[in-house]
Amino acid sequence: MALTIASREVDGVTVLDLSGRITLGEGSVQLREAIRDLIGKGQKNTLLNMGDVNYIDSSGLGELVSAYTTSKNQGAALKLLSLTKKVKDVLQLTKLYTVFDIYDDEASAIASFK
Amino acid sequence: MRFALSSTMDSVSKVEAAAEKFAAEAGLDEDERFRTTMAVREAAVNAVLHGNDYDPDKQITVSFENNGKDLVIKISDQGKGLDPDTLPDPLAPDNLLRGTGRGIFLIRSFMDEVHFRQLHPGTELTLVKHLAAAQKTT
Repeated sequence: MALTIASREVDGVTVLDLSGRITLGEGSVQLREAIRDLIGKGQKNTLLNMGDVNYIDSSGLGELVSAYTTSKNQGAALKLLSLTKKVKDVLQLTKLYTVFDIYDDEASAIASFK
Repeated sequence: MRFALSSTMDSVSKVEAAAEKFAAEAGLDEDERFRTTMAVREAAVNAVLHGNDYDPDKQITVSFENNGKDLVIKISDQGKGLDPDTLPDPLAPDNLLRGTGRGIFLIRSFMDEVHFRQLHPGTELTLVKHLAAAQKTT
């Protein structure tokens, strides 16, 4: 299943609800464009809701890292919400779990931007 | 089972689907099915993208073998070759925020053995999963 992205605003934070796979040729490009679009609009607080992302490959990991560094370089913050077990395992294996701010519940994640 | 495919992402999807079926038929538990399928997919992406560079005149070749003790999957390309010893460590602090370079690391992490062979031209990866520990216990 390809990646779908729905956007909503919660207390000044843009939440991107991701669903599907983040892989080369399926979700990486959509995610890159969504982040680029937000940064272009000056959005400073972005939360990626990964609760329905059931698969991420090395390309998808690279895209997450790029999203993080691009945001940081623009003075914006990008955080992750609700990792599935498979995605969490891959992030831990690659030590990226230590790079991102990751939350299990949305209210805590939104509050962390304040 | 052995087949040759064109250097496209559609081929990667076909290899991934074949790996999922192969791992399921071998009786791997859910976690090992996921790990094996992901390793095979990463190897196929490497072959299509980094090996053959999407060249329509080059193919990737994939074979699946269950010898009763191990699952042995071979994936080869016709590219310029890959020296695994030159790959940077993606876990090194200086490399942690790089956008690329995690594919081979994931393959090595998810399989019990990974072997590289230079084909001149091309590279063959052999991925091995030991069955004893990976099969369902129920």
